[in-house]
Amino acid sequence: MTSYVGRSEAERKEMLHAIGVGSMEDLLDPVPAALRAKARIELPGAMSELDVRRRLRELSLRNIDPDGVSCFAGAGVYDHFVPAAVRHLLSRSEFSTCYTPYQAEVSQGTLQAIFEFQSLMCAVTGMDVCNASMYDCATAVAEAALLAVSATGERRILVSACLNPHYVDVLKTYCTPTNIEMVEIPEDAGVTDLAELESALGLGAACFIHQQPNFFGVVEETSGIGRLLSSSKALLVSCVDPISLSLLEPPSTYGADIVVGEGQGLGNAMSFGGPLLGFFAARKDYVRKLPGRIVGLTSDVRGRRGFVLTLQTREQHIRREKATSNICTNQALVALAATVHVSLLGEEGMREVAEQCLSRSHFAAECLSQLKGFSLKYDRPFFKEFLLECPVSAEALVEALFDEGILGGVPLSRFSGRAELLLVAVTEKRTRKEIECFVDATRRASERLPRA
Amino acid sequence: MDELKRKTHGEPQGEGPRLEAEPLLSELHSQGHGSFVAPALDVPAVRAEDAIPSHLLRKESQGLPELSEPEVVRHFTRLSSMNYHVDKGMYPLGSCTMKYNPKLNEEVASWPGFAGLHPLSPLVGAQGALELMCLLDEALRAVTGMSQFCLHPAAGAHGELAGMMMVAAYHRDKKNEKDTVIIPDSAHGTNPASVNLAGYRVAEVKSGKNGCVSAESLRQVADERTAALMLTNPNTLGLFEEEVLELAEVLHGLDGLMYLDGANLNALLGVAKPADMGFDVVHINLHKTFSTPHGGGGPGSGPLGVNEKLRPFLPVPRVEKEGTRFVLRDHEPKSIGRIHSFYGNFAVMVKAYAYILSLGGEGLEAVSRESTLNANYLKALLAPHFELPYDRPCMHEFVLSGSRQKEAGVRTLDVAKRLLDYGFHAPTVYFPLIVDEALMIEPTETETKRELDRFAEAMQAIAEEARKTPEVVKLAPVATPVGRLDEGKAARELRLKW
Repeated sequence: MTSYVGRSEAERKEMLHAIGVGSMEDLLDPVPAALRAKARIELPGAMSELDVRRRLRELSLRNIDPDGVSCFAGAGVYDHFVPAAVRHLLSRSEFSTCYTPYQAEVSQGTLQAIFEFQSLMCAVTGMDVCNASMYDCATAVAEAALLAVSATGERRILVSACLNPHYVDVLKTYCTPTNIEMVEIPEDAGVTDLAELESALGLGAACFIHQQPNFFGVVEETSGIGRLLSSSKALLVSCVDPISLSLLEPPSTYGADIVVGEGQGLGNAMSFGGPLLGFFAARKDYVRKLPGRIVGLTSDVRGRRGFVLTLQTREQHIRREKATSNICTNQALVALAATVHVSLLGEEGMREVAEQCLSRSHFAAECLSQLKGFSLKYDRPFFKEFLLECPVSAEALVEALFDEGILGGVPLSRFSGRAELLLVAVTEKRTRKEIECFVDATRRASERLPRA
Repeated sequence: MDELKRKTHGEPQGEGPRLEAEPLLSELHSQGHGSFVAPALDVPAVRAEDAIPSHLLRKESQGLPELSEPEVVRHFTRLSSMNYHVDKGMYPLGSCTMKYNPKLNEEVASWPGFAGLHPLSPLVGAQGALELMCLLDEALRAVTGMSQFCLHPAAGAHGELAGMMMVAAYHRDKKNEKDTVIIPDSAHGTNPASVNLAGYRVAEVKSGKNGCVSAESLRQVADERTAALMLTNPNTLGLFEEEVLELAEVLHGLDGLMYLDGANLNALLGVAKPADMGFDVVHINLHKTFSTPHGGGGPGSGPLGVNEKLRPFLPVPRVEKEGTRFVLRDHEPKSIGRIHSFYGNFAVMVKAYAYILSLGGEGLEAVSRESTLNANYLKALLAPHFELPYDRPCMHEFVLSGSRQKEAGVRTLDVAKRLLDYGFHAPTVYFPLIVDEALMIEPTETETKRELDRFAEAMQAIAEEARKTPEVVKLAPVATPVGRLDEGKAARELRLKW
């Protein structure tokens, strides 16, 4: 039996003697006997390392083998390339087996890396400050709304209908207990309806939350959104794909107050949707209201540069019920992956990846929309993802493609959307050959499947 | 220093004082060093200005640093060498359960069948992942006696929040008029913060002289407005709440709910099941009890377990077995809703499940016994040198006070910093708040007797230094990559990026 405990019976006896008790069970005397009597854990016995591997191998083989599959699925999580050096550095136990840097003098590696993460995300988004990370984009959106409510005193938030529906769901969960009112700003042909936004803003709001590119992949007219928000006291919360920001204007230029996003695509595996990487950046006016950890630069007793957790009076371990958020453990190692990834790619590499996403997705969209009965749902600019209108059920199509080793996108029915809509994402990893196979398999499947 | 060398590692830990700080990425940047090569573009190139209106495009560069791969690898490797970590030595942070992280678990979680899986793959291609989540749920039920787990919370505090939201949903559903959650004065800071986010007021119940909450003191605070009691058991003093069954009776008599902060579950495996103690809802931490690495502050995982009463309110989507197929269920009318973009930190679940398989039922039961042995043994070794405010048998952790050292002008913070010089991570300090100059020590079961003895020697040596040469302790740390850092300056000057 292994519990990863190195102990001989003689040592155990010696220790019990030092404590002054007779047996291991005597140690448990503080626990009422009635509870102990029922506490046996009815699970099978210990397994050898080899057997655990075999068991888990069986389970993993019941999932898609990603090496044999071309992934065109997105909707928040994307199949971007991850350089080997990212995985190598992440696997160093100096980074993976430490905890929150409470003792700064022996945590400078983690602290400086977080400071660099904050700096890189500020550069990408154009914002003044960024925290150490959030669980994912959905919870970052929710915390942004809570910040806006606290900063403005308004208890009504406006949410674009083009925001990822899962993020909307999480936002709803966070708003329910404290009765924060959520108002959906409808969509008009794939983008936020600005006339509706304008009239909703007129009634007062804590914030407006939008996504760029939006859930349907469309690059929205952010300048229009920014103009409307500039004459309102509501905060503008922008939810972004950091990779798109190598091409798109940073949210700071259209007046965003808070920028959140999903950083999984920066150096992290898809891992069935977790761990992900929420990030939370803002204008400096809101630095004292930010949720979560923040690292600041300082110096040691001899004047050498060093880093510490700072502004901790915002946080739960100091402020308790008055804290800006309850977040404690976040996604530090995932943020480190993003930091390493962006360092390896650099300005040029990041731009190249973004340009390839643009070219490859446009090639795929062009080919797919030429198939009989298929068209792009919206004739709008897009970056790496687009909504395809199919003559057949998107779910049936995805299942048919799956048999050919293609993950052909995300049927909108998984988000309670219309059955013939398919959300297709194309990253820099998809080759022309993969795209052509995808298109060809789609053609063949659509001829076979019943009309929608 | 000679004393220190003889008694501990033979030499101070860390790399010794550095003359130069590790440069920032921005300082290492050199135009033209970037070495990333993208695959050749085998489709027609689309220029951004042709696809997207120019006013929506970036006008200026981002200013991201350009470095070669060797420069990046050296930078982060040098940074890593400035971290203390569990693979290097004992990390006795109380309530954080810094146990050894088995390497097998890291490897299996990185397999393509797990790591490469898109969360919106057709369910037919994700059956293994869904089954693993069900198996982990079953194992956690066996450990805790709860009826069902939701694995979505990405950390303990996330689980607390979702749990408190379920408490609120339960009372709304029953049309109970509740506005308060009771929390002991020894509770983790996340507890009151989570309660507040769930829309409740916090009421505090004082722990008694024995460090525990008595049913009598609870009765003085609890009334019909009480939604729940949020309890950590063993509590943050490492003491088992002996009256827990009576506490549950008080709460249930008011149709209040019992919430267990399972941060200290490492003491309970095969010792006492949360369900048997009367808890209706519990969050646990896979990154504590179930050995997944802490990652420098995440990713963690904070599964939420409930009894039948609260089952309808669990978050969605739920993973369930329908015949021979595993499915995700989204539409549950009483659910509090979705709490994560997808299903939580799946990779962490894989690691925890591998750990549970490795240990089996008996191995898990041994964990709590060995961790309790370690804590009581270390407490016995340290009791002569430090104040022990609650001199009672502890579970998996215990709390000392630095009050004696404080009289000599040496604060707990100084003791903690000096421990770094001796090659150990410090315990949790200044928590729980009810202990003056608190040092909260959790050795975990994976520390050997030899390591505990060495730690005790270091603590004894520091206690001696505090008496004889307090200035040495107050100047610590000296053997770390940087000396004591100025937190006040960081907060005043607020330099949060380069």
